Amino acid sequence: MAVLELRQISKSFGAIRALENVDLTIEAGEVVGLMGDNGAGKSTLVKIIAGNFPPTSGKILIDGEEVHFTKPVEARRKGIEIVYQDLALCDNLTAAANVFLGREIKRRVGPIRYLDHKAMYERAAAIFAELKSETRPRDLVMRMSGGQRQAVAIARTRLSDPKLVLMDEPTAAISVRQVAEVLDLIRRLKETGHAVVLISHRMPDVFAVCERVAVLRRGRKVADKKIADSSPEEVTALITGALQEA
Amino acid sequence: MSESAERRSVADIADVTGLQTEKGFRRIINTQPFWVLVALVLICILMGSISDTFLSERNLFTTTRNFAFMAIVALGMTTVIVTGGIDLSVGSIMGLSGIMAGITLAAGYPVWAGLAACLLSAMAAGAVNGFLIAYLRMSPFVVTLGMLAIARSLALVISNNRMFYEFGPDQALFIAIGGGSTFGVANPFWVLIILTLVFAWLYRYSTWGRYVFAIGGNSEAAKLSGVPVERVLMSVYVVSGLTAGIAAFLMVGWLGSVTNALGQTYELQVIAASVIGGANLMGGVGYAVGAPIGAALVEVIRNSLLLAGVDPYWQGTFLGAFIILAVLLEKVRGRRGE
Repeated sequence: MAVLELRQISKSFGAIRALENVDLTIEAGEVVGLMGDNGAGKSTLVKIIAGNFPPTSGKILIDGEEVHFTKPVEARRKGIEIVYQDLALCDNLTAAANVFLGREIKRRVGPIRYLDHKAMYERAAAIFAELKSETRPRDLVMRMSGGQRQAVAIARTRLSDPKLVLMDEPTAAISVRQVAEVLDLIRRLKETGHAVVLISHRMPDVFAVCERVAVLRRGRKVADKKIADSSPEEVTALITGALQEA
Repeated sequence: MSESAERRSVADIADVTGLQTEKGFRRIINTQPFWVLVALVLICILMGSISDTFLSERNLFTTTRNFAFMAIVALGMTTVIVTGGIDLSVGSIMGLSGIMAGITLAAGYPVWAGLAACLLSAMAAGAVNGFLIAYLRMSPFVVTLGMLAIARSLALVISNNRMFYEFGPDQALFIAIGGGSTFGVANPFWVLIILTLVFAWLYRYSTWGRYVFAIGGNSEAAKLSGVPVERVLMSVYVVSGLTAGIAAFLMVGWLGSVTNALGQTYELQVIAASVIGGANLMGGVGYAVGAPIGAALVEVIRNSLLLAGVDPYWQGTFLGAFIILAVLLEKVRGRRGE
């Protein structure tokens, strides 16, 4: 059964049609690339799946069951984790505080519940080690490189055992070595049975890790095919509109 | 996870905690309250050597009591400033809640009823601020400026411009709470010590404190992470009202009378204390200990100028210069950090 199924999703902002009748199916353990030019509707689609706002029309099914999200927490509860394009981190907090933001580990003494800093530092350190990142849990995000910030954002998705991880441009602002690490991480997610949607501008990344690629142009899905049956040239043509549909 | 990876993560923790002991001290040195405390101690030593009265028991007693009122309100203000907001209405809320306490006690109700009337009216005013700022997304500056006028006017309406100095059957107790002392230290200062510990604990160990700082750092990110941003933001203004109410209750007991002018222009001193204590007006940075330290500096300087025989008309100039200086200092330190 599909982890995520979108049926005829449309979204309008006033007179602007951001998405028109988009269908998309993601199976468990599948890595799908979602590509398109700026303004093609990628971010809108991600925000609908993540529960930031509802579609104007269409259905969202998770494990075959229809869902209606009104806020991101509800999507997270259904097993969808998102790594946002701007990384959505609080610069003034430590790496560990960011990883656990909104789901802090607490201890209880009588009626008083308090933050268990030690447990959060240890768990965050373990996750960073697992991601082979040199990020230190107690460092402030303010003083971090692009790659370390990326690791913090990705570490957030490792707190639960999500069915689907949405990554919005995870390799946009980081070094070449860090890109390889992020791609390794995506492969590791796949090996453990997690589905990943990779939203990216970077053709080499998509062709390196994805099995399937979906292309959006002006709010419509113009292609959805196996990577093995496509080529970077074809996808580029689809994105720019040189090729109408494939 | 493989065993080697397991071991590696454990080693990492040791590395990090090892680094932390050194960093812990450096982290304290890098904070503004630390340097303000150093300045405070230096001024005290200097004043102590110049003036015989400065370090006298009497002067220390009144100084600690005087800045306690300001510092209690500054604890709430610091929390507001950490979220990136400001509360200009605290002085007027003191006026309103002080009058509410006075009128309730004067009507013959017991002291707990006076306390309830005082704190509830202060929190209600804070709740109105918080609702407009958190849920209607209005600017904190504009909303609390409006409340500055509204709360002061309500104090005038409720009191009908009367002064209250007879506080019913519990008068002696009420006066003792705000004006008395315990173990040689003024009661308001004890309240300040307890509240500072409470706020320090909340900042460090409660999810509420964590969310307050997260909102100040990046409210959009906090929202996406599932932080109840509106609820926390509203609560912060209620807390600010509450601290103003606590200070008003103690202050009226100390003064022995209350008029609607209680706490007039107090917001300026309170904001100065918070900012000097390291609260960053851009949000995301602030310290519970910064409130009493900042307030102490403001009061000690005021006190020193008086003892040095400087015309009190100059006080506003010094206070204003200190606010600007504190922000400038923060800016310089921030630039060096980059």
